[in-house]
Amino acid sequence: MSSTVLLTIAMLSALGLLAAIILYFVAQKFRVVEDPRIDTVTEALPGANCGGCGYTGCRAFAETLVKSTSFEGLNCPVGGAETMGKVAVILDRQPVAVEPKVAVVRCNGTPDNATRTSYYDGAVSCRVAHSLYGGQTGCQYGCLGCGDCVAACKFDAMYMDPVTQLPVILDEKCVACGACVKACPRSIIELRKRNKKDRKIYVSCVNRDKGGPARKACKVACIGCGKCMKVCPYEAITMENNLAFIDSFKCRLCRKCEPECPTGAILEIGFPVKEAKPAEPADAAVN
Amino acid sequence: MLKTFPKGGIHPPENKLTADRPIVILPVPSQVTVPVSQHIGAPAVPVVEKGAAVKAGQLIAQAKGFVSTNIHSPVSGKVNKIDTVVDTTGYKQTAVVIDAEGDEWVETIDRSAALVKEITLSREQIIERCQQCGLVGMGGATFPTHIKLTVPAGKKCDMLIINGVECEPYLTSDHRLMLEKGAEVLTGVSIIMKALGVENAVIGIEANKPDAISQLTELAKDFKGITVQPLKVKYPQGGEKQLIKACTGREVPSGGLPVDVGVVVQNVGTSFAVYEAVQKNKPLFERVVTVTGKSVKNPGNFMVRVGTPVTALIEAAGGMPDDTGKVVNGGPMMGKALAITDVPVTKGTSGIIMFPADASKRAEVMPCIRCGKCSSACAMGLEPWLISVLGQKAMYEKAEQEKITDCMECGACAYTCPAKRPLLDYIRLGKATVIRMARERVTK
Amino acid sequence: MSNILNVSPSPHQQSAETTRKLMLGVVIALAPALAASVWYFGLGAIIVTLVSVVSCVAVEYLIQKFILKTKPSVSDGSAIVTGLLLAFNVPSNLPVHIIIIGAIVSIGVAKMTFGGLGNNPFNPALVGRVFLLISFPVQMTSWPVPSGFNTGYTDAVTGATPLAIMSEGIKNGEAVSALMEKIPSHMQLFYGYMGGSMGEIAAVALILGGLYMIWRKIITWHIPVTILLTVAVFTGILWAVDPTKYADPLFHLLTGGIMLGAIFMATDYVTSPMTAKGMIIYGIGIGVITVLIRTWGAYPEGVSFAILIMNSFVPLLNMYIKPKRFGKEVKHG
Repeated sequence: MSSTVLLTIAMLSALGLLAAIILYFVAQKFRVVEDPRIDTVTEALPGANCGGCGYTGCRAFAETLVKSTSFEGLNCPVGGAETMGKVAVILDRQPVAVEPKVAVVRCNGTPDNATRTSYYDGAVSCRVAHSLYGGQTGCQYGCLGCGDCVAACKFDAMYMDPVTQLPVILDEKCVACGACVKACPRSIIELRKRNKKDRKIYVSCVNRDKGGPARKACKVACIGCGKCMKVCPYEAITMENNLAFIDSFKCRLCRKCEPECPTGAILEIGFPVKEAKPAEPADAAVN
Repeated sequence: MLKTFPKGGIHPPENKLTADRPIVILPVPSQVTVPVSQHIGAPAVPVVEKGAAVKAGQLIAQAKGFVSTNIHSPVSGKVNKIDTVVDTTGYKQTAVVIDAEGDEWVETIDRSAALVKEITLSREQIIERCQQCGLVGMGGATFPTHIKLTVPAGKKCDMLIINGVECEPYLTSDHRLMLEKGAEVLTGVSIIMKALGVENAVIGIEANKPDAISQLTELAKDFKGITVQPLKVKYPQGGEKQLIKACTGREVPSGGLPVDVGVVVQNVGTSFAVYEAVQKNKPLFERVVTVTGKSVKNPGNFMVRVGTPVTALIEAAGGMPDDTGKVVNGGPMMGKALAITDVPVTKGTSGIIMFPADASKRAEVMPCIRCGKCSSACAMGLEPWLISVLGQKAMYEKAEQEKITDCMECGACAYTCPAKRPLLDYIRLGKATVIRMARERVTK
Repeated sequence: MSNILNVSPSPHQQSAETTRKLMLGVVIALAPALAASVWYFGLGAIIVTLVSVVSCVAVEYLIQKFILKTKPSVSDGSAIVTGLLLAFNVPSNLPVHIIIIGAIVSIGVAKMTFGGLGNNPFNPALVGRVFLLISFPVQMTSWPVPSGFNTGYTDAVTGATPLAIMSEGIKNGEAVSALMEKIPSHMQLFYGYMGGSMGEIAAVALILGGLYMIWRKIITWHIPVTILLTVAVFTGILWAVDPTKYADPLFHLLTGGIMLGAIFMATDYVTSPMTAKGMIIYGIGIGVITVLIRTWGAYPEGVSFAILIMNSFVPLLNMYIKPKRFGKEVKHG
């Protein structure tokens, strides 16, 4: 009996040793010589592989970082300044300051604001709906409500509001990787500068129709009147194709434009007066 | 002997409710909206001003480039405006809105009903006339006819196949046309044969239209080289490649055109339009549309002017039933659902179907059980379950290897799926992207 | 025009066939075999079937409701089919607690862990059966003897299956012709008069069910016919070589789980190939492995193992065996 046990142990040990020797030589033979800093940098990165940096994953970004001579244009939106600082130490380079950003949904086409003119009954995918027709409302620019952006978000920072039928972005979780921006077939979502206390002022509309049709499709559409542009002291607001756009990097949050908007397309979020309901575009618009 | 294509296919309920309803000529509406893009290719460019007086048949938008067609005024009257309107696709496009006054046609059009059998025009003249008269494929694809009639250099065409299959359920416009305008259709076929320089033409008709088969067989005795081929009832027999396979046994190569196997396919409706254009000098500005649905009061086949609002057609059929939940432009398998009915009829509108509420919602989607029914239904030998997932997950290179571009979007897979999965929705998405990628590769 | 219309991409029609109806069709196809086993084994068959079906459905419901926290989908009927098939694959005197364990393994381990309906690589009922066979070899191989309808359950009179008699006898060097004396005639085997798992015995009832499924277009002929043909040809060759050592093909087709396996277990949509060519390869594989196990293996019966082994090749078959595409390739650039 004991001889069987011993024999088994001896056999397995011999096999293990043999395998180890083979593996050692194989590893020597097929060794890939690589800059060891790539591994270190990869470890310093968040490891979400979200693609927010524009590369196909954290390792690909690490390779680019190691090869680069300066960090200009290279940024990990997820880790932000902290991560880039660490990487800069590893690679002994100067970190480049990048403004933190946050994703913003620029549509307020709730069923109340934009009357449904048809019901979409196809596959639950914005891309399919977008390629099929103008959408459930009279607005052919607005949110389709199928949640492609939510499905694309890797950080659990978005959800579909069942009442408004619009996506909601949780500012505290959003890392501005831009996956939702790419997923949206109608380019409604924009990465904007992240202000203190997550305050924001933006035009919550992307309708490029003239005032009449835009207003007919949606109560809170931007009608392109240009009043906000005239009142802006910092030239942060531009008009193009009947649509106002507030540049978040020029905007100083002076709040002069919001009262001017005749349709309520400009939303202020996170400011003291209306702080009762934070970060809820739909509620803010009802006021 | 009934012929058919060998692989795949389904048998949806035929529901040809209007097969015995003769074509009714719809009165000219008070206003028409004529979109400048009613065909595959570049939109035409309007050549009339606001306020201009036009006659029916007068050119109002000029073709832009080779793959494009002329648009003619379907009525006589005044141009009200040139504006953007929502068309049948749901997106906005330019259209010419004309207020109708009387019904005066351009003088060159022969308005008599007499049959003109003798073909006086030469080959080149026929093709030129088709181009001038704005002819497109009337089966739904609306590809400009003059391009299809021009056999590319280096290719040889020895046979014309006329698509009288009408395999889509509900639709009967081609069926009625074959019954009521048989001689005109056959003359049109002879004209196309002359244009292509072929000796033989086969008209493929499914066996569920025995009256059309016997009528055309009888009439074809007076026409040289035209035979009628009865076909087994099976969807999608009207697909170009399937029809060629069924009628001739030839297989159009993957990524190829029918002319690669020496065949050109034209629709029955197109043949009639060719007859009218060549023999009567009449541009394409009216067509037969089937208006039908199970709860529709007075379903029928109507000869309508292009640009007529769909609402007017629905009124002619007894109004929209209260329980209507979906209105489809075209057949139930490949047509487009309308979001609003206030859109104009175009050259490609073959039918308007109103579905009652219970038939207008898709069934609940369940998980794929890998039954393989979609693969056996696919007439192109594809694996819809696979390419659908590839399209959904944006794996386009793999989708291209799996021949996603061979899909003709007939919908047999989504029809047959017991789990009711939206297979075609994602295949269509993937196919569009793959085609775009392939095009970018070529231009690079 | 006040109607707000539905809009969806084409097609705007869907066939009347649904997953639920397909599953119901399988249940109907299983009915004759169930009736036969109630006829032969009596109350035990009813108890085993009920316990198996109820516990399979319950396990699926509970897992979806409390562990996965998704909308329970037991109404699709797949758990009922699994429950029936599990019952068909066990003896009719199996104690209730063992059946429940089988159901937990079938649904809980073999199906839900992989993501539920449509995602399981192995046939759930067979995984359950094989698990029980290995864990409870005594209970799983004490086959009640058919005796007309009776009210016995776990105390039923048991005996060996014809395959076990044959396998045991051949190992002991007895001649096949002598062994044939000990087992019922081919005609009796065809009607199901033999010991065995409760649903596998009545070949005639199973064939009836199979024909119904082919007629309803639930399955195609490819898998069952290739399996049965392969078994017949393979055992036929062996029999022709040495009829004293190997039983005749008909004996092999009528005994054991080959009919049940070929018609109901191997044709499970989720775990079988999707193309006709793939199905034929799959069927040949099952047939060959079954005969190998029966003839030279340790177990007298090998259908379950054969199907599970071939299940593992299905993704490969789906990947490499493609349907014939329409139109040959042309170079285009």
